Amino acid sequence: MKIGILLKEGPYNHQAADTAYHFAKAALDKGHNVTSVFLYNDGVLNVSKLMDPPQDDRHIAERWSELGARGVKVLACIAASKRRGIKDEVLVANSEITGLGVFTDIAIDVDRLVTFGD
Amino acid sequence: MDEPKKIMHVVRKAPHGSIYAYEGLEMVLIMASYDQEVCMCFIDDGVFALVKNQDTSGIEIKGFMKTLGVLADYDVENLYVDQTSLEERGLTEDDLYVPVQVRTSDELGKLMHEQDVLVPQ
Repeated sequence: MKIGILLKEGPYNHQAADTAYHFAKAALDKGHNVTSVFLYNDGVLNVSKLMDPPQDDRHIAERWSELGARGVKVLACIAASKRRGIKDEVLVANSEITGLGVFTDIAIDVDRLVTFGD
Repeated sequence: MDEPKKIMHVVRKAPHGSIYAYEGLEMVLIMASYDQEVCMCFIDDGVFALVKNQDTSGIEIKGFMKTLGVLADYDVENLYVDQTSLEERGLTEDDLYVPVQVRTSDELGKLMHEQDVLVPQ
């Protein structure tokens, strides 16, 4: 199944970022095609490489980068990013900034769009 | 061209206090320009987003009442409102800024089931 993910919360403050990651990973491991993770609202903060959590905690941006390396497009909304200081120079590897038009194409293209948020 | 998809945006939160309704509306306007069948549904505190005569000058935040007014120009004509959510908050259709279709929760559930895509905002 072709799956798109919409993530609407930032890292750490809400569990949504963790749940979205585990869902995406499990779906990939089961052989589903997770085409993309679109980050909206505070969700865009997930791909800031400036985050530096304690060593014994998960590194949420790096997790998304790992999924990106597996072929999942990790996309931050440009309008939401501009509000929150997310720019190309702070992006973790394998992520990019794009527009809501691309998200619309994703919503149209996938079999299921799954939203994670508060 | 492929059949247009039915996309419903579900506004669940109050218009102020968080950015969800505001950024949700920005998403709706973009999606509406893609020739899809876009509609909106207002439930829980989301119904407050439609209340007329909102004045956000006191909180120094840009309001979005004007944007609600242009939804029809973007062919987002179906704005569904949950009857129970209105009643629980002491509101009636007359308190709302734009024309809406008030529906029971059961009816909204059926409408949601008919959609290709649901986006909770």
